[in-house]
Amino acid sequence: MDKLWLIIKREYLNKVRNRTFIIMTFVSPLIFVGVALLVGFLTSINNDTVREIAVLDETGDYAPLFKDTKRTDYIFIENEDIKTAITASETADYYGLLYIKDKRPVEATFYSDDAPSMEYINDIEERINKKATEDNLIARNISLQVIQETKVETDLKLQNYTGVQTSKANGWIKMAFGGGAGYLLMMFIIIYGNMVMRSVIEEKTNRIIEIIISSVKPIYLMIGKITGTSLAGITQFLIWVVVGGILFTVLSVILGPEAMQSPGNEVAMGQLENMDKMQLMINDVMQLPLLKLVICFFIYFIGGYFLYAAIYTAIGAAVDNETDTQQFMLPVILPLILSIYVGFFSVMESPHGTVAVIFSYIPLTSPIVMLMRIPFGDIAYWEIIVSMLLLYTSIFGVAWLASKIYRVGILMYGKKTNWKELYKWLKY
Amino acid sequence: MKNTLEARNITKRYGDFTALNHVNIAVPKGSVYGLLGPNGAGKTSLIRIINQITMPDGGEILLNGEPLEPKHIAQIGYMPEERGLYKSMKVGEQCIYLAMLKGLTKAEAKAKLEYWFDRLGMQGWWNKKLQELSKGMAQKVQFIVTVMHEPDLLIFDEPFSGFDPVNANLIKDEILKLRDQGATIIFSTHRMESVEEMCDHIALINKSNVVLSGKLNDVKQQFRNREYAVSLITPNNDQAMAAIPSMYNAMQIDLAGLDNTLDFKIKLPEEVSISQSLNDLTKLGELTHYSEMIPSVNDIFIKTVKQDG
Repeated sequence: MDKLWLIIKREYLNKVRNRTFIIMTFVSPLIFVGVALLVGFLTSINNDTVREIAVLDETGDYAPLFKDTKRTDYIFIENEDIKTAITASETADYYGLLYIKDKRPVEATFYSDDAPSMEYINDIEERINKKATEDNLIARNISLQVIQETKVETDLKLQNYTGVQTSKANGWIKMAFGGGAGYLLMMFIIIYGNMVMRSVIEEKTNRIIEIIISSVKPIYLMIGKITGTSLAGITQFLIWVVVGGILFTVLSVILGPEAMQSPGNEVAMGQLENMDKMQLMINDVMQLPLLKLVICFFIYFIGGYFLYAAIYTAIGAAVDNETDTQQFMLPVILPLILSIYVGFFSVMESPHGTVAVIFSYIPLTSPIVMLMRIPFGDIAYWEIIVSMLLLYTSIFGVAWLASKIYRVGILMYGKKTNWKELYKWLKY
Repeated sequence: MKNTLEARNITKRYGDFTALNHVNIAVPKGSVYGLLGPNGAGKTSLIRIINQITMPDGGEILLNGEPLEPKHIAQIGYMPEERGLYKSMKVGEQCIYLAMLKGLTKAEAKAKLEYWFDRLGMQGWWNKKLQELSKGMAQKVQFIVTVMHEPDLLIFDEPFSGFDPVNANLIKDEILKLRDQGATIIFSTHRMESVEEMCDHIALINKSNVVLSGKLNDVKQQFRNREYAVSLITPNNDQAMAAIPSMYNAMQIDLAGLDNTLDFKIKLPEEVSISQSLNDLTKLGELTHYSEMIPSVNDIFIKTVKQDG
């Protein structure tokens, strides 16, 4: 046990003291915040450019619908045929040309070099539709005023069975929590799993391995390595959270709240016209099984990480250098990606559906899928416990197999390993 | 004599391949034991079993009379052929780590290291990273890592590879000194000169079997075959050579000594005594040299391996 502790300590200190590790730890949040700011900045620049759009309206009814805005100038072309208009807009380097040929039925075409955004197309269509509908109504002697007065807009209130009010962003909030947890776990597994693997390869290639395992059992070295690396990972992670948090706060204070909002946030914030909605959203977050989520996050996090790290160590032991790891990587990456897909598609759609349930029991996918299921539906405790039991039992199984491969692999040099070879090692 | 290490009927298989086939060796306490054999004979497999890196499929190892257990790792020091240390770790830190894995406390490890660093002229290396050292320097660190916990049994796999002659000598002397202090040494090597110089016992492993083992002296005794090297000063070397009785199977060889002597070796038939051969040869010229050609370890090695097929 003392020796295991020694190994964990060495692995941890070795990782943490590594220059690249230190640089990455402190530079990553800077880069992250920097990129966020850059994106915000670029979006604002993009929004500042004014688009010029020519309008050729042969009906004469629709042209008044298009008024200059901050971002768009309309140039009205009159008494020209469409061919001349196209040439003219092209030479003038307008963003596009809107050609309205006929009313009843309305026939309109938008000419441009770049495909216009969906949003813009919808905007134009909406304006034309509104005008055309109104014209139709008037043509049938229906008063617009009546229409306006009789219009009803319902705001559907959402409540769950227990009577708690939820906001319409509820699904979105759940996805953010579940998806965030699942995605985080995946990133952690890939980054630190690779780190464990590299460190196994390093020990193998610089041949210190024989000296170490003449002092301790290989399984101790393996467990020590995985634990030490994961502790280093958690340290890095916590520093990121703290540094990132401080940076974000400092920057928001300096630059003002507007600069920190990405365009997506603006839309979301726009919906929150009053404090009630905000309150509802906070309610939503509080309504999530937060404690359950946090506890499960740690249990699945540790379990999932150990499961994959054991596989990564076995791969590291089987090869002589990092380039040889490629053929073994697919079976590791595949279940991870699969879990994320299952999470974002099946779980979002129906958290208690067969696909979501099955994948939340399979140990290779359960950490991510179950973490994503928890915020969405009331998952029974027995379900979670069974899934965890399966996960932790399979960790022992996988670690046992991995240690067999590890034990043989670390002493095997200069041999190209393949799947058949690995299978043979299991029987040594 | 008490044996520090005994291997009894050790068998090790990798799949269909038998790496060790009922191997028996006995390493007496205080000896320098040469473990010889061609590449792939099974030496490293045996050493790994002694170090508990791998487990044998059959047989048992006794260390100081007790069956080998995990606690014994503190009593064994091992320097593998493929040397290795952490490249980016500082020398001092690394040595302490490895010593603590062998069961030393931090304070003990530090004291031992200071002694050895001093002794091998390595002061000032403590805070250097291994990758800043030359190969020879790294080998010295490796040597210290092997011996610093003062084990009863030291196993060196090709200990002199990578050392320049000066440092090789230094290490050789240190090994012999450790032997004098009571350690038992197992030596695995291809370099027969060093076996000749240092070992008092040998075992020759070929194709997974021990084909020869015992005291070096006894083994050599066993391989004596009545061959003698002779030098004569003659009036005419060619005529003298032709005149040597054919039963001696004389063959010209080169011997150090005077330039124009007739140097050759003979093999005495069973019924011919040394004095009779002297009688025969002195008739042909003035005898300046007559000595038994004791087989070198190298000759024994090659001969045995060839016979073994």
